[in-house]
Amino acid sequence: MEPQSQLLMEKKKNEKEILSGSEALLRSLLCEGVDLIFGYPGGAIMPVYDALYDYQDKIYHVLTRHEQGAVHAAQGYARVTGKVGVAFATSGPGATNTVTGIADAMLDSTPLVVITGQVSSSLLGTDAFQEIDVIGITQPITKWNYLVKNAEEIPAVIAKAFYIAATGRPGPVVIDITKDAQFGKVAFEYKKNNYIRSYTPIPATKPESIHDAADLINAAKKPLVLVGQGVILGHAEEELKAFLDKTGIPAAWTLLGLSAMATDYHLNVGMLGMHGNYGPNLKTNECDVLIAIGMRFDDRVTGDVSRYAKQAKIIHMEIDAAEINKNIKADVPVLGSVKDTLPALTKVVKENKHPEWMAEFKACDKIEIEKVIDKDIFPTQNGLSMGEVVHKVSKAFNDDAILVTDVGQHQMVASRYFNFKQTRSNVTSGGLGTMGFGLPAALGAKLGAPDREVCVFIGDGGFQMTIQELGTIFQTKAKVKIIILNNNFLGMVRQWQELFFDRRYASTELVNPDFQMITKGYGIECAMVQSRDELDGAIQSMANHDGPFLLEVKVEKEGNVFPMVPAGCSVSDIRLE
Amino acid sequence: MQQEFTLTIFSENHVGLLNQITTAFTRRSINIESLNTSESALEGIHKFTIVVYSTREQIEKLKGQLEKKIDVLKVFVFTSDEIIHQELALYKVPTAALLSGNEIEQLVRTYGARIMEVTPDYTVIQKTGHKSETQELFVKLDKYGVLQFIRSGRVAITKVREELLEKYLKKLRIDNKIKDIETF
Repeated sequence: MEPQSQLLMEKKKNEKEILSGSEALLRSLLCEGVDLIFGYPGGAIMPVYDALYDYQDKIYHVLTRHEQGAVHAAQGYARVTGKVGVAFATSGPGATNTVTGIADAMLDSTPLVVITGQVSSSLLGTDAFQEIDVIGITQPITKWNYLVKNAEEIPAVIAKAFYIAATGRPGPVVIDITKDAQFGKVAFEYKKNNYIRSYTPIPATKPESIHDAADLINAAKKPLVLVGQGVILGHAEEELKAFLDKTGIPAAWTLLGLSAMATDYHLNVGMLGMHGNYGPNLKTNECDVLIAIGMRFDDRVTGDVSRYAKQAKIIHMEIDAAEINKNIKADVPVLGSVKDTLPALTKVVKENKHPEWMAEFKACDKIEIEKVIDKDIFPTQNGLSMGEVVHKVSKAFNDDAILVTDVGQHQMVASRYFNFKQTRSNVTSGGLGTMGFGLPAALGAKLGAPDREVCVFIGDGGFQMTIQELGTIFQTKAKVKIIILNNNFLGMVRQWQELFFDRRYASTELVNPDFQMITKGYGIECAMVQSRDELDGAIQSMANHDGPFLLEVKVEKEGNVFPMVPAGCSVSDIRLE
Repeated sequence: MQQEFTLTIFSENHVGLLNQITTAFTRRSINIESLNTSESALEGIHKFTIVVYSTREQIEKLKGQLEKKIDVLKVFVFTSDEIIHQELALYKVPTAALLSGNEIEQLVRTYGARIMEVTPDYTVIQKTGHKSETQELFVKLDKYGVLQFIRSGRVAITKVREELLEKYLKKLRIDNKIKDIETF
């Protein structure tokens, strides 16, 4: 090559491309490895969608039927992949519709970047058409948010957004981009962000905290491990297993900790919390050392905090310093990522086994099986129980499907009876308890893990909160298995009315439409089961069907979920009936 | 036990920072008694001085949740004996009241106040001090008809020698965490 043309080539390489803000946004997303976006277009984000038209081969855009669905789908995607979920929405109502999903992601530490269009910067604050203060509205429910008014800012802001969403304790980030910034020009250059001076994603671990924790663990006669979502978010499943294998400590998981271990792992003693298992709840108030790993002592886990594990020394391993002593005082806080602190701890703890202590859990299991579980999954009465449906669906998918749940009775039953073999197999709305989460989250989960089966359990109430996403499932052909547990009631509220409000069933009975007809209208295969003898066959046809499938099961109208720690009671007051 | 706390919050200087900070108080239903904000001695770093009544336990939790905000650098919590603090008050009184006797002049002397401006119509008096002192002077002056009264938020300085944030930033530098200053 001639030296002169070589020089020209070199010069061209150093020249930055001039792009529109919209294209710079898409290129920035590509630099972050984004290939899937859930969203809904509208006036203030049209330049971005116009740019997207040229990038259809690189970025797959899923048009949901409502912005809330877009955010929940992005959450489902993020939860099963561990990547950052991305959602687009327009200004005003588009943005306000994302609020529930963003709040849900905030409470459940789900990494999201939500991009909203905003009116042109000259119109900000003028009550322009579809103008709303997105930054003000989403401030308390985001890990970080930012208003972009110049195209030049876009690459650096997107880099910062992804860094913040994905690192430390993950969470949602909202980037609001004015229309003029989308149209503006930027000399494009992308540098990933890995440093913000006012942000410490992983706090430093004090070496003495590891030793203090090890001393407590080594001396413990009745230690109990609580496994939270932090283990999954920190990719520390192997590290957890190594720690448990060595110490022989029984481990219970929280609702969001489900699937961090295999269900049948010999030290797994089940689920904590209001509708968790009998053993772990009861033994929380009998153990001598409680080791909380990547969890935040939610009130649904602790019950009455003044009567929670008062006899025990508490070790709290946590990445978010604000969680230490927030609900439960820690005797030994171990700050840091459990990916680092667990191996450090494993190194210095003694090898141990706790056969007698484990036997106490087994004894509790026996009581729970007799009083609750057998009745739930092998019922003898006529009506179908939620438990038997969940149990059979789990088995039909070889106990290895991804479980997605909506919110309510079916969520608790599914969390109790669905089995897991691998991590990142549980997608649920825990902290916010968002009815309507399930269907769109399942779509996102399936698109994130196309090679895995995705089963979503939804009640007849929650189903109708985001039922329109059947349209998105039809359009994307995502092979989601949808199980509607239909009792014609808002079951969990009805259960509380029965137990605590004198059976005064105020506004909990539903007169439902024909879900079969609706599903058929959306072009999705479906079946309905009303009696036990039809159940196995219907589950098999769902499992065999190569495409999305909706199975509606008419279950017992007034079934209750037990065990139960009534609100405000101590975990030791757990009721079996 | 409820007591008075002064929080100094160091943050980046972005649009919406005040909202970020106050929502942490709102969530815990903690009322802000006094608030003062301006650029700190460190270039580009903003400082908020906020006075609240609460319990030590609540304040520690609040501190954690404030520091969790991405744009907040560091929060320090002080009880009033750990800081030197001051507020500024301005009083506008009718000049006629001054001319009709020497009581106001006496008050100005006793309270270490200053006369800022005198017009035929009104006189502006300034006093710095603790809230109780500026309030006391207000009550006394009001006998002569205070036309306007304004008191600033609290400013405070610690009794330790150097700026605590400097120490914190130095530690960050030692941990090799400080690189270039961000631009946005």
